[in-house]
Amino acid sequence: MFSVFIQPRHPVLKKRDDFEDVLEERRRSSDLRYALRCYTPTLYKGLVPCKASMLKSIVLQSDHLQYVIKQVSSESGDSAECVAEEASLILDEMAHRLQLSTIRFFAFTLSKAFKRLFRSVCVNEEGIQRLQQAVQEHPVVLLPSHRSYMDFLMMSYLLYMCDLPLPVIAAGMDFMSMKFVGEMLRMSGAFFIRRSFGGDKLYWAVFSEYVKTMLRNGYAPVEFFLEGTRSRTCKSLTPKMGLLNIVMEPFFKGELFDVNLVPVSISYERILEESLYARELLGVPKPKESTSGLLKARRVLSEDYGSMHVYFGHPVSLRSLAEGKINRSQYNLLPRYIPQKPRVDTHEFLNDAAFRLVRIQEENMVLKPWVLIATLLLQNPDGLELSFLTEQTDWLRHLALAFGAFLDWPNHEACSEVVSCSLALHRHLLSVSAGHVQLNVTDAPQDETTPEEAVFHRAVVVLSCASYRNQILHVFLRPALLAVAMQSANSNRKDDVYNCFNFLRNMFSNEFILCPGDSVQDFEEACYLLMKRGVLQVLEHEIVMSASGHSTLAFLCSVLDPFLQGYQVVCRCLCEETNENLTEKEFIPAVRSFALKLILAGRLKCCEALSSDLQKNALAALLRLKAVRKVKVGDQVTLKVNKIAVNSLEDTLGKSNVNQNSWCSSMAMLK
Amino acid sequence: MWYVMGKVRRATFRTSIRSLSLRQEIMKWNGWGYSDSRFLFNKKGQAEFTGKRYRLSGLILPSLKDWFEGTFGANLQHRSPATPSLNLSAVAPPNLNQPFVEDLKAAGLAVSHDPEDRVFRAHGHCLHEVFALREGRIGRVPDMVVWPSCHSDVEKIVELACKHNVCLIPYGGGTSVSSALECPREETRSIVSLDTSQMSRILWIDEKNLTAHVEAGIIGQDLERQLNERGYCTGHEPDSMEFSSLGGWVATRASGMKKNIYGNIEDLVVHIKMVTPRGVIEKSCLGPRMSTGPDIHHFILGSEGTLGVVTEVTLKIRPIPEYQKYGSVVFPNFQQGVACLREVARQRCAPASIRLMDNEQFQFGEFCFSLILLNFFLLKNFCFKGFDPQHLCVATLLFEGDRGKVLQHEKQVYDIAAKFGGLAAGEDNGQRGYMLTFVIAYLRDLGMDYYVIGESFETSVPWDRVLDLCRNVKERIVRECKERGVQCPPLSTSRVTQTYDAGACVYFYFAFNYRGLSDPVHVYEQVEHAAREEILANGGSLSHHHGVGKLRKEWMKESVSGVGLGMLKSVKEYVDPQNIFGNRNLL
Repeated sequence: MFSVFIQPRHPVLKKRDDFEDVLEERRRSSDLRYALRCYTPTLYKGLVPCKASMLKSIVLQSDHLQYVIKQVSSESGDSAECVAEEASLILDEMAHRLQLSTIRFFAFTLSKAFKRLFRSVCVNEEGIQRLQQAVQEHPVVLLPSHRSYMDFLMMSYLLYMCDLPLPVIAAGMDFMSMKFVGEMLRMSGAFFIRRSFGGDKLYWAVFSEYVKTMLRNGYAPVEFFLEGTRSRTCKSLTPKMGLLNIVMEPFFKGELFDVNLVPVSISYERILEESLYARELLGVPKPKESTSGLLKARRVLSEDYGSMHVYFGHPVSLRSLAEGKINRSQYNLLPRYIPQKPRVDTHEFLNDAAFRLVRIQEENMVLKPWVLIATLLLQNPDGLELSFLTEQTDWLRHLALAFGAFLDWPNHEACSEVVSCSLALHRHLLSVSAGHVQLNVTDAPQDETTPEEAVFHRAVVVLSCASYRNQILHVFLRPALLAVAMQSANSNRKDDVYNCFNFLRNMFSNEFILCPGDSVQDFEEACYLLMKRGVLQVLEHEIVMSASGHSTLAFLCSVLDPFLQGYQVVCRCLCEETNENLTEKEFIPAVRSFALKLILAGRLKCCEALSSDLQKNALAALLRLKAVRKVKVGDQVTLKVNKIAVNSLEDTLGKSNVNQNSWCSSMAMLK
Repeated sequence: MWYVMGKVRRATFRTSIRSLSLRQEIMKWNGWGYSDSRFLFNKKGQAEFTGKRYRLSGLILPSLKDWFEGTFGANLQHRSPATPSLNLSAVAPPNLNQPFVEDLKAAGLAVSHDPEDRVFRAHGHCLHEVFALREGRIGRVPDMVVWPSCHSDVEKIVELACKHNVCLIPYGGGTSVSSALECPREETRSIVSLDTSQMSRILWIDEKNLTAHVEAGIIGQDLERQLNERGYCTGHEPDSMEFSSLGGWVATRASGMKKNIYGNIEDLVVHIKMVTPRGVIEKSCLGPRMSTGPDIHHFILGSEGTLGVVTEVTLKIRPIPEYQKYGSVVFPNFQQGVACLREVARQRCAPASIRLMDNEQFQFGEFCFSLILLNFFLLKNFCFKGFDPQHLCVATLLFEGDRGKVLQHEKQVYDIAAKFGGLAAGEDNGQRGYMLTFVIAYLRDLGMDYYVIGESFETSVPWDRVLDLCRNVKERIVRECKERGVQCPPLSTSRVTQTYDAGACVYFYFAFNYRGLSDPVHVYEQVEHAAREEILANGGSLSHHHGVGKLRKEWMKESVSGVGLGMLKSVKEYVDPQNIFGNRNLL
């Protein structure tokens, strides 16, 4: 099978644009004048301008919606007028009311805010130019990554700044409950969707028709988050298909010649929500979005969040993406207003496209030196000497660059300088004393804290720190999977290593962005990268480690270590669980307390096992691998565990992990 | 249409059908139409149309040059002239089946293996066919030509062909645009072109039932003229009717411009006689409709010469209409125009012909053929009313019938048009629009003299997809040209030419300047292929009336399903197991 390998991808050769700081200009000239300046965006070529109210009536009168209204009415027995009224209400609740005055208000206030928060906001100028071009050619869908509430404010802010049409943004309904702010967001182009409306046909119809109408008319770029929600871990999330399907359908049905999909990568040197996320992952519930909450967040304005990078990727033509994959004539035999569930091949295409777009987001995500430091600090819980840390950071930097990382490393600055700058910015996460750097994990417990609270306190720091390491995981992921596969394979045979690689890849495909079906390509890429680095020799049937490869492999293995351990904990927990009727809801608390017990007993060092994100992903993987089944009993969904299967998965994961010690010792020897 | 009006002039070019090769003497061997009629740029750089046959003949078209250079980025200094005459040595010697030839001669049939006769019948009018001829490249051509003069001659020929296992390719008017006349390269037998031109008599006219029984080799304009002399017409007027034959219409499911009144060919035929290797297929009576299982006519209609030779056809005829009136309507944009046509179809009040040209075609018609001075006032008037010259489009109309009804009908259509922002734009504009249809074929030859190649193709599509299909196909053409290194944006225009209850027929014209391309025909074919893919993806059909031939064969299965194709194949298998009719079209 290896002879038919597809050409390996060469991520290293990627060329990226340069950045420009957009705040520089703002620091020099009047924000007020800026907010009031003449705004004349480039528009889509065929655009017939249309007011928000007009848009609404187009949606309500559309054949599609009228069809669904009749259908719903005949199913429910309500009169068609009644259902139409309901549709109109849904639309009122949903629709945006973009107003230039609100935009100007935001342009003013956000200028002020951004200048206080960030040292710089860097944008790739060429990306903007490409977008300007793309906007005129075909309707545009903006697909930013989602790490912070700041994301969509920043997007609109930048587009306003560059004289681009303001996007309409799909936002979660939870914002709506924020009085005033919700309305402000609405007037700046946000439209609101309920978080879940699975079975509600009418809602789906109104929503999809609304989005499609805007797209078809080229009314404004449509913006939404592929990941569906903010990633609390800073790892990209498995993309959601619903909205993507909606924006692609007008092309599938021939209503549009093409759609430009523009992935946007937004990265933060320090995330505003950093510790909030960590707490949330540990089970402190997310505070409901409220205006007062936002005001409290004013505190954040006084802190330094370093720089921020926004990278507008190359517009991806949906037409070229679908070339040869979608047979558009499948839509020929049904009137186009009748909603159709995506067919299997369409679904596969959507899935594939979504993953690829998220991969592009990942690849264009700017990484700060701190990300490297955080990775090293997490691997050394007992801390490091500053000089050694500096040395290691430099080593890691070169490794990351060799693997194609988009690293924003200051030019002409000594490594030690860069490291100490980063440490200063993130000083709340670590302690430096007498040249020894350590994560803030061993604070002397205060008198009133229980041991559990101490663990959680430590975990907050670890998870915060992990959210930085996670940003670079996509760079190391494939080689790391190969490194772990090699040590668990107990053989140099390429087939054996590939099988292990494939197992791990499969196991972790809910945890990381691994395009379905790309297994062979990923393996090839990992081999290529490690071979180029001189770590491995890949022969026809064998993969052999080079003499100098130990340290790199050891590092790569420990990158995945927390996840291996975490998944093992989840498996063990499910095996040892005595409650036959463990419900889905009880799952996270159960694993959490299980992990907590292990940590308190000193049998587990890894705090990341406490992360609900990891636990959820592990469960999703087990469900996918059919080691656990969901069974609906009444209102409850219970988890039926196939203990034999889970046990064997745990064993296999354990094999990958047992040898960890031997790697570590070999690494220690090298030191 | 123009030739219905100009009876006197037509009389000057009536052909003597008894001469076997006169037609090829008065027609171009490597281009469209009559040898004496062509566009050229004279020494002053002005375009003119030579000859005396057409209304446009002898006229100078001062603005054609500007339009031509502007649209294609072409230059009159850059010429790409055709090879002046056929190089006979380029024609491969015939592969004759001697016993067959002798049997034919013994039966008293006219045959020829003269290279000119063979080359003339080896092609239709696809771009690649004409382009190759202009360059003097000759591919596989028929090895001989045979001219039957009646039904029983055909029976004899087919019988002998079966006996000696030769391949027969029926030839009517030679206007195919689907590579249907191309000799299959893989054919090793002797290929015989069966030219039906000598079977061109009207055998009888039945005024009680309004039918005419006609030999299938008759050319459209001859049929119409001869019927006219008796006070009748068929009303079947495909754009190619000057040259295409009745048998060809039947074999390709042809459609006429005035189908709204008279119907398409399948509505016009009452009876068909076809000679197949299995024998003669025909119905036993002239009943106007039958329920006798699947209509066997539909195996013949559209069979594209794969099953046999159509020899005689009984057609419906109508008295010549008392009154004809052209008309035109200008719409602010194409969308409004399509909406209007849709409404006209909904109310089932379409005139004999109604066509909607898009803005590019409107500009083409406006700026080259005329008489800008005449229209200047009109155009200015429209612009004043908020019409944007970059968006407006024009519908041309033709009404036919008795005078009172035509006027009433006209009012009804103009009233509908008004609801869609349409303004009446006069009879002249309408008439000129129809003139454009037939000269476009001549214009292609002019383009080819200056590095411009192009072609038209068509489809049919449900109403709700007309706009999307037009936009997407036009854009696809532009994009594909760009990707393949065409320097100047191509001309890519569409026209809605027929309305039906459930949809419309759409026509595309596409042409580009090929300077700088090493293999322009290949580029052209790739773009056309992509455009067809786009049509199919947008809910359009494989063909409305041009047929499949060999050019569109690859999509047949997708178009009619595997079972459908299997049914057609099994008919072929039964009717012609030896594949005597081996042009390999369709299946």
